[in-house]
Amino acid sequence: MTAARTDAAASDDRTTFPRLLLAHGRERGDRPAVREKDLGIWQSWTWAEAAREVRGMACGLAELGFKRGDRLAIIGDNRPRLYWAMCAAQMLGGIPVPMYQDAVAQEMTFVLQDAGIHVAIVEDQEQVDKLLEVMDQCPELQHIVYDDPRGMRHYSQPFLHGLDEVIAAGCIHDTNHMDFLDQEIDQGQPDDTAIMLYTSGTTGKPKGVCQTHRALISAARGGCSFDGLDGDDEVLSYLPMAWVGDNLFSYAQALVAGFTVNCPESGDTVMTDMREIGPTFYFAPPRVFENMLTQVMIRMEDAGTIKRRMFHYFMDVAKRCGADILDGRPVGTQDRLLYALGDLLVFGPLKNVLGMSRIRVAYTAGAAIGPDLFRFYRSIGINLKQLYGQTETCAYVCLQPDRQIKFDSVGLPAPGVEIKIADNGEILVKGPMLLKEYYQRPDATAESINAEGYFMTGDAGFLDEEGHLKIIDRAKDVGKLTNGAMFAPNYIENKLKFFSYIKEAVAFGHDRDMVCAFINIDMGAVGNWAERRGIPYAGYTDLAAKPEVLQLILECVEQVNAELAHDAMVADTQIHRFLVLHKELDPDDDELTRTRKVRRGFIAEKYGILIEALYGGKASQFIETEVKFEDGRKGKVSADLVIRDARVFPHAAAKHAA
Amino acid sequence: MARQIGEVILDLKNISLRFGGVKALTDISFNVREHEIRAIIGPNGAGKSSMLNVINGVYHPQEGEIIFRGEHRKDMNTHEAAAAGFARTFQNIALFKGMSVLDNLMTGRNLKMKSNFLQHALWWGPAKREELEHRRKVEEVVDFLEIEHIRKTPVGRLPYGLQKRVELGRALAAEPSILLLDEPMAGMNVEEKQDMCRFILDVNDQLGTTIVLIEHDMGVVMDISDRVVVLDYGKKIGDGEPDEVKNNPEVIAAYLGTQH
Repeated sequence: MTAARTDAAASDDRTTFPRLLLAHGRERGDRPAVREKDLGIWQSWTWAEAAREVRGMACGLAELGFKRGDRLAIIGDNRPRLYWAMCAAQMLGGIPVPMYQDAVAQEMTFVLQDAGIHVAIVEDQEQVDKLLEVMDQCPELQHIVYDDPRGMRHYSQPFLHGLDEVIAAGCIHDTNHMDFLDQEIDQGQPDDTAIMLYTSGTTGKPKGVCQTHRALISAARGGCSFDGLDGDDEVLSYLPMAWVGDNLFSYAQALVAGFTVNCPESGDTVMTDMREIGPTFYFAPPRVFENMLTQVMIRMEDAGTIKRRMFHYFMDVAKRCGADILDGRPVGTQDRLLYALGDLLVFGPLKNVLGMSRIRVAYTAGAAIGPDLFRFYRSIGINLKQLYGQTETCAYVCLQPDRQIKFDSVGLPAPGVEIKIADNGEILVKGPMLLKEYYQRPDATAESINAEGYFMTGDAGFLDEEGHLKIIDRAKDVGKLTNGAMFAPNYIENKLKFFSYIKEAVAFGHDRDMVCAFINIDMGAVGNWAERRGIPYAGYTDLAAKPEVLQLILECVEQVNAELAHDAMVADTQIHRFLVLHKELDPDDDELTRTRKVRRGFIAEKYGILIEALYGGKASQFIETEVKFEDGRKGKVSADLVIRDARVFPHAAAKHAA
Repeated sequence: MARQIGEVILDLKNISLRFGGVKALTDISFNVREHEIRAIIGPNGAGKSSMLNVINGVYHPQEGEIIFRGEHRKDMNTHEAAAAGFARTFQNIALFKGMSVLDNLMTGRNLKMKSNFLQHALWWGPAKREELEHRRKVEEVVDFLEIEHIRKTPVGRLPYGLQKRVELGRALAAEPSILLLDEPMAGMNVEEKQDMCRFILDVNDQLGTTIVLIEHDMGVVMDISDRVVVLDYGKKIGDGEPDEVKNNPEVIAAYLGTQH
């Protein structure tokens, strides 16, 4: 880089992402910025190299006619060049719009149209094909740039460009007109929209959430200082780029703290890649932690007697004192010694297998995490914590501080964040990380931010005596039974989902006289359970209908009922009747959002006949359902579902006068 | 514009193969052009696998002539065939079940390894350089077939469809100019078949490999082949482009069993 360029960039005050990137390139240019496994070998790019590539890409985009204020669609797995594309767009004052890469073409049209996309950067042929499919419905889409040229040889459309060529052209442009890009970067202001992330659309059509550089950078700074993240940390980026969490951890925080982002080889190799990289900072939604634990447990069941006994013995030790040791609470000498031995023989190797040996901070969020699951990881010495936030708040509202972990809360308000609980129990937040607006939706913006400048989260919760926030449910999901008792479906569903055999659950009860539930079994855990008992099955539908499986699920449901009976608030919402669904709830069938949250209303409508059967007292119900396969074709599954009654327990506390 | 189909590179003339009194192949002639996908179809016992075995030198026909790249010979032998750029997969998977995917793929590079046993045992000098080079090639195959996630898994633990893919990978690791595939989709579900079709087409298209394949799934054969030869009881009853073969009354009779 020339002196002139360095001077131009030096005038920054690190208030936008492009300026942060250039600063890293200048000051610690030889440190690794990004790694990616390619052809079996981890390749790394230093900050200086990354800065150079991003400049080239930005100039290349400019040559395609991309300019200030334009939106750039980014679709693909976590690839270094797709992260750089975000920064390249920001250099030009454009707004990157990362999209869910596993969405089918039709689902993409809405975002492409709503954001008025002219230029899209995509990962590979698969994504190009999807865009070509919907090109007719998106007349504004003018250029598609692809990262991986494989299979693209016979595509002759003039509007398709290889990213290599775009960067090469951009680098020439950058050398010839060096000041062009510097001027563009200088024009960037902290209050410009840095990124647009679409909400998952649990309710209605997705909305584009506009976040400014200032919001993201302050959330990232707060998070980094809270957990002491610095340039030596390593993060594994494997969650969808369209999700706010990935944007915060793999992009904003990486640029603020200057740590290294590692991109896995493919979605299927994440576990292996994680072992090889050994990240120090890790984020995963509860279901990933749950899958890992299920895998460990299945493998322990299949292990030899000695190993199994050793595992269970030391896990008991860990359960007794592991979390206390992590939190620095006093623990007896004997337990300490046993724990140290356990660490040597069991926990250490286990953490190594999971790729968690070097983890300093691990976070989970997005859904409630089961207390047993949470305790398991903490007890073997992994500093797993919960956080709370949403797309509109840069996923930055509450964080659990080290050594003050409460299993049922999401922690204290993060630095700079102010929390208030509304009269109806809704959580309101204020701070620098709030969204600027919903894209072209002033009505929705006005609805979500109240007159005092608080963002209305839509979650119901309360602050406990130490100021920790506890979440109960979505405020609008909390309903009432006909006898007036509060019905919090998520609360019940989460209790069900804490069993490894249950993957999803949907509870019904609003305006009804009792609570009933749909249950999805977990194919891996129940399949293994069935195999060990020699129960033959022919596939998901068959397994889900086995009487033995129904009995297993019944036991889980009754255990939940027993727990619910302990708490007067929810004792009335014990599950009276349930059925096990014949197919897995699937985002491809619109039953779950892309972030795998249950779409309650849609399910209630689609399976109305089953709900009637549950409340109508029927013993079984035939149903035929259309399913969409990954390639877009459709098929049908049908089954005769058995409905079971579950035992309900008398209230443990004296029944209040009703 | 798709790949250019070239000259005839493999010409089989009047091949007859007998096992004692059993006539496996009787007077069969057909040719294979460079860069094409050539299918051999026929009912069970028609002699399809025998035909492949003749091509890569496992069986030696009693009569007939094989002309490969202008060179006339009575028969091939397996070493020559492999050295000449033939690679194949088998009807029943023939992988080393206890070895990892990577190691299995490395065996495909065997013929290209030049350093001696001692050098390999010590992993020293040229042997080390050589192995790294071969490993790089193997990784290209891994990338091509999208099997990164099973690199280190023992083959025996993989589902059938993936084992088939690994077997294709081993054949590809030898960088063949002609690939012989013996029922690459047998026993696969629809999705696995689709994947396999895509890989075969990609191999043909991007690496320019000539492919001779045996397959029972008519939909697959008619979709991906350039030309099809049909055998029945060791005799050739049809040869030509898919549409032509589809409408050939003798072929229809052999497959559907109608009266002549």
